[in-house]
Amino acid sequence: MKHTIGVLVENHFGVLARVSGLFSARGFNIDSLTVGETEDAEVSRMTIVAHGDDRVVAQIMKQLNKLIDVIKVVDLTNEELIDRELVLVKVSAPAQSRNEVMQIVNTFRAKIVDVNSKTLTIEVTGGESKIDAMLELLRPFGIFEVVRTGLIAMSRKSELTAPPKQAGVSTEVKGGVKKKSAAKLAKV
Amino acid sequence: MKLTGAQILIKSLEEEGVDVVFGLPGGAILPTFDALYDSKIKFILVRHEQGATHMADGYGRATGKPGVCLVTSGPAATNTVTGLATAYMDSAPLVCITGQVATTAIGSDAFQEADVVGITRPVTKHNYLVRDVRDITRIVKEAFYIARTGRPGPVLIDFPVDVSRATAEYEYPAEVSIRGYSIPSKGDPDQILKAAALMNQAKRPCLYVGGGAVGSGAHKEVFELVEKTGIPITTTVLGLGIFPEDHPSSLRMLGMHGTVYANYSVQQSDLLIAVGARFDDRVTGHIEKFCPHAKIIHIDIDPASIAKTVRVDVSVVGDVRHVLRQLNKQVKDRRRDIRAWLEQIDAWKKKHPLKYRQSDDVIRQEHIIAKIGEVTKHEAIVTTGVGQHQMWAAQWYQFKTPRGMLTSGGLGTMGYGLPSAIGAQMARPDETVICIDGDGSVQMTSCELATAAYYKIPVKLFIMDNNHHGMVRQWQELFYRHRYSGSQLGASNPDFMKLADAYGIKAIQIRQPDQVVPGIKEALAHKGPVLVHCLVAKEDNVFPMVPAGHALDQVMDMA
Ligand SMILES: Cc1ncc(C[n+]2csc(CCOP(=O)(O)OP(=O)(O)O)c2C)c(N)n1
Repeated sequence: MKHTIGVLVENHFGVLARVSGLFSARGFNIDSLTVGETEDAEVSRMTIVAHGDDRVVAQIMKQLNKLIDVIKVVDLTNEELIDRELVLVKVSAPAQSRNEVMQIVNTFRAKIVDVNSKTLTIEVTGGESKIDAMLELLRPFGIFEVVRTGLIAMSRKSELTAPPKQAGVSTEVKGGVKKKSAAKLAKV
Repeated sequence: MKLTGAQILIKSLEEEGVDVVFGLPGGAILPTFDALYDSKIKFILVRHEQGATHMADGYGRATGKPGVCLVTSGPAATNTVTGLATAYMDSAPLVCITGQVATTAIGSDAFQEADVVGITRPVTKHNYLVRDVRDITRIVKEAFYIARTGRPGPVLIDFPVDVSRATAEYEYPAEVSIRGYSIPSKGDPDQILKAAALMNQAKRPCLYVGGGAVGSGAHKEVFELVEKTGIPITTTVLGLGIFPEDHPSSLRMLGMHGTVYANYSVQQSDLLIAVGARFDDRVTGHIEKFCPHAKIIHIDIDPASIAKTVRVDVSVVGDVRHVLRQLNKQVKDRRRDIRAWLEQIDAWKKKHPLKYRQSDDVIRQEHIIAKIGEVTKHEAIVTTGVGQHQMWAAQWYQFKTPRGMLTSGGLGTMGYGLPSAIGAQMARPDETVICIDGDGSVQMTSCELATAAYYKIPVKLFIMDNNHHGMVRQWQELFYRHRYSGSQLGASNPDFMKLADAYGIKAIQIRQPDQVVPGIKEALAHKGPVLVHCLVAKEDNVFPMVPAGHALDQVMDMA
């Protein structure tokens, strides 16, 4: 099953390599991974779409949590989600089929961002099913090029935010700031 | 007053209580070695950087305090990879500092440049590239903190030469704050109650204890749990020493070369209580056939260890020592209720004891190791290489002190024995440190004999010379129709007596069984390092053995 995982990470040098390296080292498959800064410049947020059975996904989450630069990990799959992907499609559109292509563009509330005599370049955003449906309809016209950003996702209800960089966490006794899900994840 | 980055680094190490550093200098780390020259920290010059990492690892495992190694960039840093991976697999606390080319040259394929942070990422708990002289103290503080807390492990600091020359004010942070790092300590009380309830009901319970219990310093708590409940206990190779093996509740080691009765007990149990152990395949055998009737309780500090390979019924995430303290308050004496089970186990113990065939002609490794155990009262620190001798050491030394067995369990690194013994001896100078090594394994790091000789580090190195890569030969005998491809050392072994002599180390040879005990005593009586060359049976096999991919009760034993 497909899972959408939200990950907050310290915006440190090499953090993307740590996350992607973990996936390859442990044999997990990534469908897509996006990353960008959040409201806090020191924190980046990744959205990872990966598939696997529940045990595999539970392992992925726990292993991500173990990375020191990972602040929080949440499986968004069962949340009420807003998920979006941005896609650019360059499609063949000579005069005789141009209208039909434009109709599809309109139906999906996509945008035409570039035009020449032979092709149209379309920009579309949406969830996975919308994008797939549109690409399916465009395919018979001849797609030259597709670029996808990968999915980004946000829960409608709960916020995924980083705790403040807390000063004054003592060394041996109290430990670091709780990674919220670390202990709970493993609870059977 | 401003200090250089190198001075700041060394001062930070002092601040962390580092008393010894293992390493070898080179271009990119020269400023740091220059600063070390003025420090009270003792420096041990190794002959190969792999040795430095195993020494730091041995130091770390013998104490729980991170061992430290300091090497240069490029080839030196890549030489540490095996040692880091060894420490990572066995959760040994270690801090490794590598020189790096100047930040301005990084990425240009400069002389002795390697992407060390990239190369070591999968084999360290965490690693750092220091890019600003002002970050050094924070990074060192974090590195030691991360290395020794939680599930311990190696942390690497890659230290570019220009950063080591830059200057800054020295100020050591009092505290660490890493929001992405939490250290479980106590277990969830509800989970403890659930675990205790299962333990108070089970008819055939069995404790399975691993290196996590050693790392957490939980030997008293483990002992109390067993004494209080009467539940029998088996340990992994890394758990050896956490519980005295001469105790009637001890089932000794389980797994591929574990005792028959430990493996039977685990397989027949109705409740397996895993404590700081991670269900390695050398322990579980065929995973689908592993303890088919049992509910499983798993206590571990690392949530990712839980339910990784086996299903778990009750998990408790926490520091083993804290969790056992909580649990010990809830569990009851089970001896009366599980009497039939304990009788069954006793019957297995009688029927399938660990055994070997004593001989008057050839020396059995089991015999030497059992005698080393007796002579040292089972209280020495033992390190090993990898192979048959390692398994025999695990079976026959009879451990009874925690941190008494240092061995590469997870990665299975030949060459671990001698350097880790040197590291352990530096950490605990008053203890007897014995390396039980194979003639194959020892040659992977035997250059460190020079280190032992130069610093007069009094490790006792027993080389079990069977003239083979014995464990490989055993598999080839049993599973590859005696085709000894690449496992015979033949005439290519050096004369180990002369080797010791060449390094100026005392050498003793044990050629026949009646020389075993006198040889051991002579070695132990000597104040400096000793090499004991033991000419042992060439084609013996380690039994019991559960062939790879079989269930734990499908065991081959000596007839
Ligand atoms: C670095 C490394 N290379 C190869 C192996 C594979 N291996 C496992 S045991 C063994 C033989 C070890 O021979 P020796 O040290 O003489 O010990 P013995 O089995 O004879 O006691 C080998 C080659 C390993 N574990 N580690």
